Formats: sequence, structure tokens, C-alpha cells
Amino acid sequence: MTDTPDPSQEVILKCRNLWKVFGVEPAGFDQITKTESKDEVIAHVQSKGSLPAICDVSLDVHRGEILMIMGLSGSGKSTLLRCLSRLVEPSAGAVFFEGQNVLTLKERALTELRRNSFGMVFQSFGLLGHLNARDNVAFPLRVQNVPRAERHARAEVLLDLVGLGERKGNFPHELSGGQQQRVGIARSLIADPDLWFLDEPFSALDPLIRRQMQDEFLRLQRTLGKTIVFVTHDFLEAARLGDRIAIMRDGRLVQLGTPREIILSPADDYVRDFVSDVPASRILHVADLMKEGHAEADLPSVRATDPLEAAIDHFLSGHAELRVVDEDGVLLGVIARDDLHVLTAQEPQQVPRNG
Amino acid sequence: MADPLHSRRALLGFSGAAALTIVALLLRGQIPWILTFPAQWTVGFSDLINVAIAVLVDLASPLFRAMSTLLEWPMRAIRDGLQAVPWQVLTAGFVAVALRAGGAKLALFCAVACVYIQTSGYWVESLNSLALVSVAFPLSVLAGLVMGVVMNKSRRLSSVLTPTLDFMQTAPAFAYLVPLIVLFGFGPVVGLIASAIYAIPPMARNTKLGLDLVPADLHEVAAMTGCSPTKRFWLVEVPTALPQLLVGLNQTIMAVLSMVVFAAIIGGFEDIGWEVLRTMRRAQFGESLMAGVIITLIAILLDRVTRGFALQARSHTAPATPLGRYTLVTGALMAVIWGLSLTGLAAAEGVRFDPAGQINTFVADLSIAIGGFTDGLKNGAIYYFLLPVRIGLEKAISPYTWGIAFTPALQAVYWGLLALIAVALAWRRSVMGGVVVVLIGIFLFTGTTGLPWPAMIAIAAAIGFWAGGWRIAGLWLGTLGMIVLSGLWAPAMFSVYICLSAIVFCIIVGGGIGVLAAQFGVISALIRPVLDLLQTIPPFVLLIPVVMFFQVGDFSAFLAIISYAIAPMIRYTERGLRDVPSEMIEAGISTGCTPLQLLFLVKLPTAQRQIMLGINQAIMYALAMLAVAALVGSRGLGQEVYVALGKADAGLGIMAGCAIAAIAICVDRTFVSALAGQQGTAST
Repeated sequence: MTDTPDPSQEVILKCRNLWKVFGVEPAGFDQITKTESKDEVIAHVQSKGSLPAICDVSLDVHRGEILMIMGLSGSGKSTLLRCLSRLVEPSAGAVFFEGQNVLTLKERALTELRRNSFGMVFQSFGLLGHLNARDNVAFPLRVQNVPRAERHARAEVLLDLVGLGERKGNFPHELSGGQQQRVGIARSLIADPDLWFLDEPFSALDPLIRRQMQDEFLRLQRTLGKTIVFVTHDFLEAARLGDRIAIMRDGRLVQLGTPREIILSPADDYVRDFVSDVPASRILHVADLMKEGHAEADLPSVRATDPLEAAIDHFLSGHAELRVVDEDGVLLGVIARDDLHVLTAQEPQQVPRNG
Repeated sequence: MADPLHSRRALLGFSGAAALTIVALLLRGQIPWILTFPAQWTVGFSDLINVAIAVLVDLASPLFRAMSTLLEWPMRAIRDGLQAVPWQVLTAGFVAVALRAGGAKLALFCAVACVYIQTSGYWVESLNSLALVSVAFPLSVLAGLVMGVVMNKSRRLSSVLTPTLDFMQTAPAFAYLVPLIVLFGFGPVVGLIASAIYAIPPMARNTKLGLDLVPADLHEVAAMTGCSPTKRFWLVEVPTALPQLLVGLNQTIMAVLSMVVFAAIIGGFEDIGWEVLRTMRRAQFGESLMAGVIITLIAILLDRVTRGFALQARSHTAPATPLGRYTLVTGALMAVIWGLSLTGLAAAEGVRFDPAGQINTFVADLSIAIGGFTDGLKNGAIYYFLLPVRIGLEKAISPYTWGIAFTPALQAVYWGLLALIAVALAWRRSVMGGVVVVLIGIFLFTGTTGLPWPAMIAIAAAIGFWAGGWRIAGLWLGTLGMIVLSGLWAPAMFSVYICLSAIVFCIIVGGGIGVLAAQFGVISALIRPVLDLLQTIPPFVLLIPVVMFFQVGDFSAFLAIISYAIAPMIRYTERGLRDVPSEMIEAGISTGCTPLQLLFLVKLPTAQRQIMLGINQAIMYALAMLAVAALVGSRGLGQEVYVALGKADAGLGIMAGCAIAAIAICVDRTFVSALAGQQGTAST
């Protein structure tokens, strides 16, 4: 599940050399980005008193994966998401959805694309205050003039799916934050989108609720198998939920990789700072550090999908090696105490910076 | 104000103004035009306007007459329709609406009000006013909605329309009655059109506000769900803005009502406003009070009903019964009552409640009984407050008024003390403070009318520059320059005097009440219904009790303006003090503030912004009331408008009305800029 995706996997959404400038855009900006280096373009934009919010970002989103876009506030992660869905018009570059250039689409075609292929969840929920939960969920169908009875029926199915079937008649202000976001999630799914955008969906919620919503999100994703672009400022969330993480800083993409790659080899101090905030042994799985090979049958066994913590418990009780098995108990390989050194190797580097 | 360069320049401006004032004062004996702008120098703006209007009337008269007929038709239809229905049936209908909007309490109030109106014999007049309201209201709402939407969608048009709305709202309503009379001829339709125009701004503003406040999120939701622009507007923006739109409806209907009542001054049309005016002119205070109470009742009902619906929309608490069924039941009930009234079973026509005679006798007796007191109050206020503001201490202090003469020796003491305070202030605190004290001292000495006009203009420009740089200074120069040139300086200064006196009173007394209300919940609870009432009833009605006890004159105008302008001052002060964050108060207490120190060192400075807004509002209200107060004998610009109305002199009416509006806008912009500058200082 956390392996590097197969390069042959189908790319559903990709962006190439994407730029977004807030403020005055230099004349002929598109051309400038093609002829000057990234740093030159940034300097050029800043000399105009404008803000380069997205700088030369290229990435692929594979069908069925959860791509997390992660960064501090102001790093451009939400802007990147909005550029991908063209809620914000990029200044330069290209966005392709299933091979079609989104940025050259006419208004009508873009509207169709959003109606049929995109779903989006907002940080502050974005519910319509005058509609009850069911009508909020059914809203995208209302926009498409789907008959009332049909859209109500479909909205109720989705409300059941997010566990709010009982509250369908309630207005947003009568629902808790978590419940409101469930409504938001149900609404974003009602048109059965191919691509699901989530913009910090759980950031406005209490930590306990957030954790619960993350679990439900994973449960939902297991049954739906959507392609997801998920923005968060929480590395733990990114590592828990994501197949891959794109880390943004000052509008640049600083690292793109699986949680394992990022934890084990952070690209720079900025990324390392995030990594040091999370307990790697709870995010990584046994599979991330195991080696293939033969293991003694009398050794204790751990599952490949277990968090690394499970293996550490065994090591602490004196074992030097463990059998790694799959769900059915079939031997996959072996993990040794020494394999954990890659984790501790990260530690010393942090000390001088923190001190 | 944040940058020191501006502060230096502002100080220079004030010093220059002070120097000019002193020079002008010394010269005013020698050069007469410094005090009174010579008539031969004035420009006949009003004649120009009259010529322009005459041309317009010639060209477009048939069009305007046609419009007049077009509007008159629905108004008559509604009026005749309403009058054809027995009062019991209409009452049932009104009560049903009140019940829907505000529950049993409001329904009961509505029923009592209807019975009162019927038994006191003003049913027909009330219906006539209601007919005017019900034609003017939809017109204002429609125009306001369109303007609001346009302002929300186009920033450029918004920058044009916003000052237009300011102007419409601050120009005294009956300033544009005059041109309307010229264009449409006399009759109720003019009042109707004036009311419809007058009530557009609140609807337009609330529409724009509501649409502007639709969260960015929801625009993105609309985009992501694939809304077309039309769908986005109708399915997302309008429903989200609906509570604000309903607030607009509420303010609009109140504005329409107040103008419909007031428009009575242009003609004898059988409506409730006319009743008040007619009886007041004949000093039949019993009758005018009875009619005034009816206007108040109608105002309260319209206010509570529209507010009730707005509240329901905001909190999504529509009554359980579907609207269709409710209407059906109500209709059936009204039909039954109609049937009963035909058979004579429910008739109560004979009952009359007419205490006007008793009220008249009572008022007459009371006036004699407390005459000494009211006269004392009036004379005290005039001698010690109004006169000094108007003609200054130099003329106000005389053996007839103060019992002493303002001898040269006393004057020397006055100037000496003033100089001492100014120098001390300039030395110890700030030069600016010293200069300001000098200016205030001079003003107290000469009064509004004794201050040479070049000095007045210079001072206003200096204040404008201090608040908002060249832009505001220019605004003041242009406005006051136009007033001088059009020969309206003397009435304008009279208006300034009466408003200034009222504002000073409102700030001191209203601010004081606001502080008390913020401190003591009991006082707050006691004054709230009074303030609600003052802000709900059309200002016209406020004149009745004032004239009843104090006759016509400056003092009555002063009181009328205060009674209208004090409410916002109290409200903003109380709100500002109550909104002081509790951590700040706790910080104050924990550093050992006494309650008084807490008030003066923590609460008032924190609430300063709100209080300033309150003062600004009070000034706007005072200027709006100015024209109404002309009815009870204030001179000044309001009176000019009133005179113009009598002579159908559109040019004079427009110029005087524009002068009031322009002064109001200048004051408003000055306050807004000063507050914005202050915020800039605070944040740096």
C-alpha cells in the first residue's frame, strides 16, 4: 500500500510547470517562465511587488491513489489545489485531466467537467445555510436539474453512507462541525466524481473528531476507491492517509514521495522538521523496513501491515529477528533489530538544529 | 495621521486657520463683507436650476403626467379595494399576518391597534396611508434590489452609486418633493414617488451588503458544482443573502412609511399624516396626538412584522403550518367574518373612542400648571446654551439674559485666560492642543453667526485635512464655497448652530446615558423600549409633544432634533462599552483600577471607535431631522426648503436640500477618514 506506485499506472491528472502569481503579473509571463530559470522568474515577479504563490510545479496524480499536498500556511498548497481545479486561474503552465488540457477549456466544457468529474470538500464546509442536510447534499443534482424525487433519494443514500441518515432534515447551524463536514463530504460525492479534491477538510475540527473523521475517510475510501488530492498542514495526517505526499514550501514543490521515502530520506531541513514531529514507528509499517528472505520458523511473527511499533515491542523483549507474514500467515520475509537503525540515523541530525 | 509629515502639515493647517480667524475677527468691524457675503457676489444657481427644470418640464411633461396617471391607478385601486372591505375583515387579515410573523403577542397587539384605530375614527385615513405605502414599497424594493445587485457585480458602478445613495439618504426628503411637484403636479402621487425614491437606499445597501457577504467558499461551491451564473445567483447568492435582504425590506418599509406620513405637507390628501399636520396647525393637540399614536402603532406593527419574517429567515424557524394552508384558513376566516358583518352580527360601528377634547383640556391645564417650569427650562436653555452657540458670548452675555454685562474688563479676562490655557497646553502637552483651544475659545466668543465666513471655511478645511488629507479638505472647501456663493451662508450657519447645539447635548447627555446603561442592566432595560420607539416612529410625529409644551421656535426645533438624534448616540456608546473584551477589563481590575479608572482608562478608550461612530450617526440624524424641524419654526436651510416648497421654487429647494446633504456627507467622510487614520496609527 505504501510502495512507490508503479510507473506504468494510469495518470488521471497531471500538471506541468504550473505558475500562479498574485498581484500584477509581468507582461508576457508565460514566455518568461519558458526562457528564464525558476529563481530568475521568482525574482522578476517579486521585483513587481507581486507574490509568486505557485512556482513551476509539475506532478502526476495516479488513478486510485491518495495524493497529499502538505505544507505550512502560505506555502501555496490550497492555491495549487485550486489551480488544478481551475478555481484559481494559473498564470502559466498546463493542467491535464485524462489527457485533456483543463486550462484551455471553454466555460461550458469546464462547467460540465466540474459537474461530472470533480468533487470538492472545503475547510469551512461551504454548506448553504438555507438548505437542510439532505438538500445540501442534493445541491449539485439540483444544479443539474435532476428531478426532486431522484435527487432526494440519492442524497439520502449518501447521508446514510456518512452516517447522518437521521439528521437529513437538520439545517447546518443545527449540526456539529464534524456533522457539517460529513454533509460536505456527502455533497462532494453525490455526482460520483472521478477526482475528489479535499481542502484541509478536517482542519477546522477538534483533534478527537479529526481523528475519528480520518478513520471514516479511510473506511469510505476503501469502499469507493476514488482518486484523491488532499490538502493538509498536518504531516501526521498526510502520513496516515496518503499514498504519496507532495511537500510545498513558498510555492515550490520541495519533495514528492511515499511517506516512507519522506520519513527515511527527507529532502531538506524543512521536510526533516515535519518528519521529526511525528513518531515514525507509528506511521511506518513492518513492510517498509523488512527484507525478503528466509526466517527461522520458531521466531515470533509480525504482519507486514502492522505498524513498526509491533515489531519494536518484540525487539524490546529480547528478540533480534522476527518473521514477517501476510494476512494469511504466509511468510514474506524477515525484519531485524538492526534494520531500525535507518530510523535512529535520522535523530542525531536534528539535535544541533533544535538546540 | 500615522506619518509625522502629515501631523506637521495638519498642525500648520490649524495654525493657519487660527491666524486667518484672528485676522478676520480684527477686521470684521472695518470690512463688512467678511461677516456677510454680499448679495451682489452670489451666483444664481437656483435660477439656473429653475431654468433647467422648466426646459425639462416643457420637454417631458407628457411623460411625467403619464407616469403620474400610471401610478395613480394602482394606488386608487388599492385604496378603494381596502375601503370596500369591512374593518373587522381587514383586522382579521392583519392579525393573521402578525400571528404568522411574531406569534400571539404581536397578534394581540395588532388586534388592539386595529380596534383603537377604528374606534378613534381614523380607519379610512390609515387605510389611505397604507395604500400609498403598498404602492411605493414594491417600487423602492425593486429599484433597491437592482441597484444592490449592480453594485455587488460591478465595482466601477458601485463607486458611482455609493455617493448617489449617500446623497439620496442625507438630502432632506422634501427637498426633492419640490422638483417632483414641478414635474408631476400636486397630488398624492408626488408623495408616493418621493417615498419610493427616499426608501431606495436602505434596500440597495442591504442588497449589496448581503451579496458581498456571501462567503468566498460558497462561490467556489457554486463553481465546483457547475452552476451557471444565473444558477449561482438564484440558488446560492440570493438564498444566502436572504436574511440581509429581509433586513433591507424592514428598513425600506419604515422609510416609506415615514415619508408617506411626511409627504402630507404638500397637500390635503385624506391620509393620517395630513390629519396630524392639519390638527397641529390648528393647535388641536388632542387630535394630533390621537393621530400621532396611530402612526406610531402602524410603524411598530410594520416594523415588528417585517422584522419577524427576517428573524424567521435568519434562524430557519418558519412556523409549522405551510404558508398555503395558513393563507387558505385565514381567507376562509375573513370570508366568514365578512358574512357575519353583513348580517350585522359583528358590527361595532357605533362605538367611538374620542378623548381628543379631554386631552386638549388636560394639556391646556397642564401647560398653565407647569408653565413656569417649561418657560424656565426653555429660557435657561436659550440664554445659557443656544444663544452663546448662535451669537457667541460677546452678544449673549447681557443684563437681560445673564444679568451681567460683558464689559471690556471681563472680555480681557476671558482672552487672558484663554491665552494662558492655550500656551500652557502648547508648552506641556501638544502645540496642536493649544491651537485647537484658541479656535474653540474664539468660536465661543463669536458664536456660529459672528464668525466670519472665511474663518469658518478655513477651520473646516483644516479639520478636513487633519482627518483625511487634501481630499477631505477639498470636499469641505467645495461644499462651503458653493454655499457661500449661492447666498445660503446665513441660513446654513443657522442650521449649523441648531444642529451643533443639539449634537453637543446628545454627546454629553446621550453619551452619559449610554455609559450608565452599559454599567447598569436596569437602566439598559428601561431605556431600550424608549429608544426602540424613538427609532421606529416617523420623526414627524416627534414634533407633536414638543410643540404641545414649548410652542414653535428655536427651542422646539432643538428638542425635536435631540429626540431623534440621541438614540444612536446612546446605542453606540452602550454597545461600545459592552463590547470591550473581558480580558481587558480583567487586566484593568488586576492592575488595581478603581471602577472610575476602569471606565476612563480602559473602557472609554477601547470603545472610542464605536462612540465616534455614534457621534457620526447622531450628526446624520440631526441633519436629517433639520428639515422636519423647520415645521416647528427653526430657521435655516430646513426653512429655506420649506419656503421653496410653498412657492414651488424648485431651484431654491434643490440648492438648500443639496447644501444639507453636502454638509452631511462632508461630516460623514471626515469621521470615516479620521477613524481609518486612527486605525492605521493603532496598527503600526
